[in-house]
Amino acid sequence: MSSDPYGDRGNTAPSAAHGGATPAAADEPFLIGQGMTGGYGNGPDILHDCTIAVEKGEIAVIVGPNGAGKSTAMKAVFGMLDLRAGHVRLAGEDITALSPQDRVAKGMGFVPQTNNIFTSMTVEENLEMGAFIRNDDFSGTMEQIYDLFPILRDKRRQLAGELSGGQRQQVAVGRALMTQPKLLMLDEPTAGVSPIVMDELFDRIIEVARTGIPILMVEQNARQALEIADKGYVLVQGANAYTGTGKELLADEEVRKSFLGG
Amino acid sequence: MDFLNAIVALSNYVLIPGIAYGSQLALGALGVTLVYGILRFSNFAHGDTMAFGAMITVLVTWWLQSLGVSLGPLPTALLALPFGILGCVLLLLATDRVVYRFYREKKAKPVILVIVSMGVMFIMNGIVRLIIGPDDQRFLDGERFLISARDFKEMTGLSEGLAIKSTQVITLITAIIVVALLFWFLNRTRAGKSMRAYSDNEDLALLSGVNPERVVMLTWVIVAALATVAGVLYGLDKSFKPFTYFQLLLPIFASAIVGGLGNPLGAIAGGFVIAFSEVTITYAWKKVLGYLMPDSLAPDGLVQLLSTDYKFAVSFVILLIVLLFKPTGLFKGQSV
Repeated sequence: MSSDPYGDRGNTAPSAAHGGATPAAADEPFLIGQGMTGGYGNGPDILHDCTIAVEKGEIAVIVGPNGAGKSTAMKAVFGMLDLRAGHVRLAGEDITALSPQDRVAKGMGFVPQTNNIFTSMTVEENLEMGAFIRNDDFSGTMEQIYDLFPILRDKRRQLAGELSGGQRQQVAVGRALMTQPKLLMLDEPTAGVSPIVMDELFDRIIEVARTGIPILMVEQNARQALEIADKGYVLVQGANAYTGTGKELLADEEVRKSFLGG
Repeated sequence: MDFLNAIVALSNYVLIPGIAYGSQLALGALGVTLVYGILRFSNFAHGDTMAFGAMITVLVTWWLQSLGVSLGPLPTALLALPFGILGCVLLLLATDRVVYRFYREKKAKPVILVIVSMGVMFIMNGIVRLIIGPDDQRFLDGERFLISARDFKEMTGLSEGLAIKSTQVITLITAIIVVALLFWFLNRTRAGKSMRAYSDNEDLALLSGVNPERVVMLTWVIVAALATVAGVLYGLDKSFKPFTYFQLLLPIFASAIVGGLGNPLGAIAGGFVIAFSEVTITYAWKKVLGYLMPDSLAPDGLVQLLSTDYKFAVSFVILLIVLLFKPTGLFKGQSV
């Protein structure tokens, strides 16, 4: 993992040719990163022809061994690194050339793995900053988030940096939800929290998904993640190794042996 | 009676000057700490920024005085202050456009920016001396004292006098107003919150749609206002001399670091810590102790711990102690 959690934000004009504006097929997934190849800066390619897709109303999970390029794949979808080949389409629109900020405006919510909250600001201010690009009244959205994460309502005046790991993650997810995204991307939301908190976080994520927001998630805890996943992607060395529904992958002998510990 | 005299002498020579000096340092340190928090470098040009803002104010004050405009008992400089702030804002925005933006786009390391700010410091220093000269300038008018030592003695019948200079009162009141406005801005407005967010976590702020160039511009505007106010208040209270502002850099940095760099509340606390340390250590305690102690124990010497010539050493020592034992400052700031 690079020391800069968000990697290359430059996202200069994509060097890869993505043959004009291809009209999207009617049955195309809501978000798809297709045939993505690329790496950080001028470094070597980390992703090799990797495809990740999320359907409306689904939870998609990217799992795989350490260094498989899980987070990189997600960052590629979010525009944090240059693609040398492949493209990303959101609701049929080609967004390969957009910067991460522009993708947020297009309705993508992203929760980075680390440094994902403003520690010196209160919980409420964190949520307000999440809604910075909105010019309308966002108090309704804030209420929804407090309903989703009741603990945050109790701690709204407290500094986010004083909260526990699990509560911080809830602030981070809440912040991303303030833009009312059409899609939520979570980079290892359960990294570094206790198993009990992890279960609670997964419950919350399912609740978010139930509100109709499709979720793309990178997870270290492959088994638990696949249990709640509609779609699972197993990456190995930056390429798709196995793809299927969560249940299929959990049942797959090969996947279990290699990644789930038997 | 002796006890009262001791308190009066202490207030006259230590408390009141300390509060005024502390307010000036606090305003200066707030500027330094804002630049550090948002632009992420130590701005060595801050002292000369103060000098520039104060210089414009002095020039406008002279012009107003020549027109016969005055505020009665208050110094005319208060009327000229907005012009000084405006001039200083223009200078800083121009500097940012010509110098700092270039390095920001190259994502230069903080240490490079520090050296760059030193270059800016020398240029600003030169500009100020070219325009107004290196000498002491007087621009204070209006009532000099709120209470003079003689009036106080007549009023109370004490043998010690208490003088309160109008500039000291103006310094304190202005500082309170400016700090209140600053904190209201940072904590209550959308723009202020975006500045704090940018200072806290730059990447996440960008992700949230905060425009970095706007934040930087806002910061320079606020810093210019703070620097000018601090510079003018110091000039009114002492006198305006370009070189003293350069020298002020040390206590100002000491204040910001002692309080915790990047933390506005810390900058204010740090300002008073440094000011009171400087004043108490360089004050000759003979008089106060003479009142408090029986005659037989009255001190022979001046009981001055350090000559005023060495007052800058005080800032240095406090700075060292804080950096040794609490590198992030008294309030939670970023470590240097």
